[in-house]
Amino acid sequence: MTSLNRRGFLLRGMLGGGAVAVGLPFLDYFLDNNGAALAATYGGGRLPVRFGTWFWGCGMIPDRWNPKMAGANYDLPPELAPIKPVQDKVSVLSGFSVTLGGKSNQPHISGNVGLRTGTPSDTWQQIAGPTFDVSIADAIGAGTLFRSLELSADGNPRTSFSYRSGTEMNPSVASPMELYRRIFGADFRDPNAAEFTPDPKVMARRSVLSAVTEERRRMLGKLGAEDKARVDSYFTSIREVENKLALQLEKPPRAEACVVPAQPEDIAASTDVPARQKSHKLMAEMLAMAMACNQTKVFNMVFSTATADLRQAGSPTAYHQATHEEQVDRARGYQPTVDEFSTQSMQAWADFVAAMAAIKEGDGTLLDNMLVVAHSEVSYAKNHDVNGIPVMLAGRAGGKVKSGIHVASQGDPISRVGLTMQQVMGVPVDAWGTEAMRTSRTLSEIMT
Amino acid sequence: MIGPLNSSRVLRALSAVTALGSIGAILLAASAGYADAPLEQAAQQQQQAPKFRRLTEAQYRATIADIFGPDIKVSGRFEPDMRVGGLLAAGTSAVSLTPAGAEQYEQIARGIAEQVVDAKHRDKLVGCAPQPSDPQGAACAEGFFKRVGLRIYRRPLTDGEVKLAVAQTVAASATLKDFHGGLAIMLTAMLSDLPFLFQTDREVADPRAPGGRTIDAWSRASKLSYFLWNSTPDEQLLQAAADGSLMTQAGLSAQVDRLMASPRFETGVRSFFDDFLQLEGMMSLSKDGIIYPAFRSSAAPAAREQTLRTITTLLVAENGDYRDLFTTRRVAMNRQLSPLYRMPHGPRDWSMVTLPDDDPRVGVLTQISFLALHSHEGRSSPTLRGKAVREVLMCEHVPAPPANVNFTIVQDTSNPAFRTTRERLKAHLDDEECASCHKLTDPMGLTLDSFDGAGQFRATENGVPIDTTGMLDKIAFNDSAGLGKALHDNPKVTQCLTQSAWRYAAGRALLPSEETITNRLHEDFARAGYRIRSLFRRIAIDPQFFAVRSPAAPRVASKPSSERKG
Repeated sequence: MTSLNRRGFLLRGMLGGGAVAVGLPFLDYFLDNNGAALAATYGGGRLPVRFGTWFWGCGMIPDRWNPKMAGANYDLPPELAPIKPVQDKVSVLSGFSVTLGGKSNQPHISGNVGLRTGTPSDTWQQIAGPTFDVSIADAIGAGTLFRSLELSADGNPRTSFSYRSGTEMNPSVASPMELYRRIFGADFRDPNAAEFTPDPKVMARRSVLSAVTEERRRMLGKLGAEDKARVDSYFTSIREVENKLALQLEKPPRAEACVVPAQPEDIAASTDVPARQKSHKLMAEMLAMAMACNQTKVFNMVFSTATADLRQAGSPTAYHQATHEEQVDRARGYQPTVDEFSTQSMQAWADFVAAMAAIKEGDGTLLDNMLVVAHSEVSYAKNHDVNGIPVMLAGRAGGKVKSGIHVASQGDPISRVGLTMQQVMGVPVDAWGTEAMRTSRTLSEIMT
Repeated sequence: MIGPLNSSRVLRALSAVTALGSIGAILLAASAGYADAPLEQAAQQQQQAPKFRRLTEAQYRATIADIFGPDIKVSGRFEPDMRVGGLLAAGTSAVSLTPAGAEQYEQIARGIAEQVVDAKHRDKLVGCAPQPSDPQGAACAEGFFKRVGLRIYRRPLTDGEVKLAVAQTVAASATLKDFHGGLAIMLTAMLSDLPFLFQTDREVADPRAPGGRTIDAWSRASKLSYFLWNSTPDEQLLQAAADGSLMTQAGLSAQVDRLMASPRFETGVRSFFDDFLQLEGMMSLSKDGIIYPAFRSSAAPAAREQTLRTITTLLVAENGDYRDLFTTRRVAMNRQLSPLYRMPHGPRDWSMVTLPDDDPRVGVLTQISFLALHSHEGRSSPTLRGKAVREVLMCEHVPAPPANVNFTIVQDTSNPAFRTTRERLKAHLDDEECASCHKLTDPMGLTLDSFDGAGQFRATENGVPIDTTGMLDKIAFNDSAGLGKALHDNPKVTQCLTQSAWRYAAGRALLPSEETITNRLHEDFARAGYRIRSLFRRIAIDPQFFAVRSPAAPRVASKPSSERKG
């Protein structure tokens, strides 16, 4: 906690001092007394801390997933068994809940919205504020080509739980091939290339886009409040394009761990579990390299949709239907098909963590310099339970958090997770969520 | 909260302050009608009908083809459109642009601009090259942007805009030492600009109502064109805007009649039904290949095409009655789909066929598009189908299921007591809480259960004949022909179409003050024998279509979203 408080103090001091236009990512360099911020090299210098979310649908069967023992070396119940190889890198947060406070429980929505915005609502269009990943990207996302990367392994760009507002969903890159093109396509500059010459075309594009946009901003007359907010979003987004072009004109900082991956095969999206796991793994590996190459510091990865669109080929009953319809096996005491899908989802999570840990960076791995929060939208999907929604963390955030522990809560608001993620990543927020979900309690158990 | 200062957040906070500041004024102004209205409601009164509507992907593509020709490829991922109240069109006035979206639009624009100036197209599309007397090409750029800018902004460029475009082209050309390269960069910026990506309603004084406000001729031209053709105004329509005739009722009618007489009107009607029936869902539809081996993934786009062709043939080419879509035995068919309809000798290319009288398929609801779209990947769903009938075709709202619900019996397909979907659903309905909503959806959904999850006919399920009896708003029937007849006779069906067409045309949700107009439109629709041409014409010439609404009453979603499969 002490390091967090000091950090918070410094942030406030700096913002209070009027240097508000300086983006937070510069703070790390500032603290290091490193004047040449953008030219800093990663191998010898300070490594950036990245943040991401990882989502899977339809939760788990609580008795088959929640560890019984708290603290380090927690036990792995059957559905968590796949994470054994990476257990020391994964913390489990069990028993945290979305408190509806009299609001309705909209199946597969309320829990997810509550977890990600701190305020449950009936639809994503009605959310009260941005999802916490957006606040984190605003704080740390500048200085890389992508402020944040949204990814979904289901092939659908609409599958995203990253929202700035109810009408601003950050769409997903939805296939390994598309991700490859987006990151390592024509605009990519190898940070380790010996030569760097600014592209005059990029220079001209930036200058023209900026002139046209400035003129447009000047020409717009008075607008209604709603239109004004939309137009502001438009200009902010165009500004991001300009910033990206500006970055392309600078020699990218060296990134020793960066190795440009080969172009992946173009595989069709599928709801069949093995095929989904395969495309997800390819995307995870490419995302890891995108971070090692300093293309982004924030991501949101979706493995399966809320309502888990997974199936087994040939079965008329998909995962989601099975959660509601499958009978509890009397001998075993649980829904066997549901249990299998849930376990397979955890296998995908283990694959993801392993992909991040596979990249050596500095004295450790990429994962050591990341903080990933994995979660679902319900706990027991059969009755859309939003109590005890499963959450896991991976990575040590550059040494700011511990890993490999189990924190068992007895129904604390799950907004404690969102608050802690924002604080660790340097968003100066001391309380988060509304009404019963409002909290100022950090998860001190995970802090170093 | 102390936060990193983000310009958009600050601007948004400021706009919220502005809105709050106006509450007092609204309360005073509205003292007659809203004297005791709660503060919150009064704040909502401030909301205006949005002025900006983002082009949909289809509109963007058609627009580029109209301006630069169909051989210019538009490639890239568009920011997804958003469905509001059942219509993507209504979402266009709610969405803005995300950073990822802006990046994609800029990239798409770059691809277009580079083609426009390439060796293959530049003679035709640019039409000039810098002369030795004008080495930087200022004159050429000016001619190009005056001409093309009119089409891109759908209004003439201001002098300032022309100057800027020329200056930026000259500067970029100098940087690149390439005139056409510089021109392409300026064109890219123009195609990423607000007036291109968003249809804009610009207000002017109403020439026909002193003191009143309306939207200008150029905005009118865009509204008409995107409504009736789903594309950008053509030269003649822009001419009618330029000479002012579009601001007169006679001039407006003349242009509406011209647009509707064109074969492109069919594209407009097609786009409406594609949106209304949510058929874009067919493009990402997948079915289990083991359970439905005959249903290849290419069948889904063909089924979408089938429904749209059926509708445009019957309603546009033949000027038929909208209600007959639910009872017709005629359907567009090709060789790819005919096996799925158990038709041994289907036509090779698209043509209309009439199904025999004993065929179980009657009306558009028995086409594969509707049946497969509203099913699961490996089985049918009477509930999803019934929900779609209520929400899509009747503009009703079906509540989401309660969170804690026991579906166990529905699944247990091996239980000898419950062999058909109907038996399993019926058992599920012992629960009163479930029954209240399932009564809304299942009785018509079950009638369609003689078609499986891929939309193919089946007489039995697990060896038991499928009972297709059903009920819709107290009208009982025995089969899908009866369901079609019930829909044909149900006034909610034509009312829903009317208000959906209005919202589609306006590109936003219905305002409460617009109930009068939609009621009037419905009366006229009925009087005209429910002809779609008549409805579209009636909307396009209505002064309300061009009215400026401010301040308006709160916007309401008049039709629930049915995106989620529960």
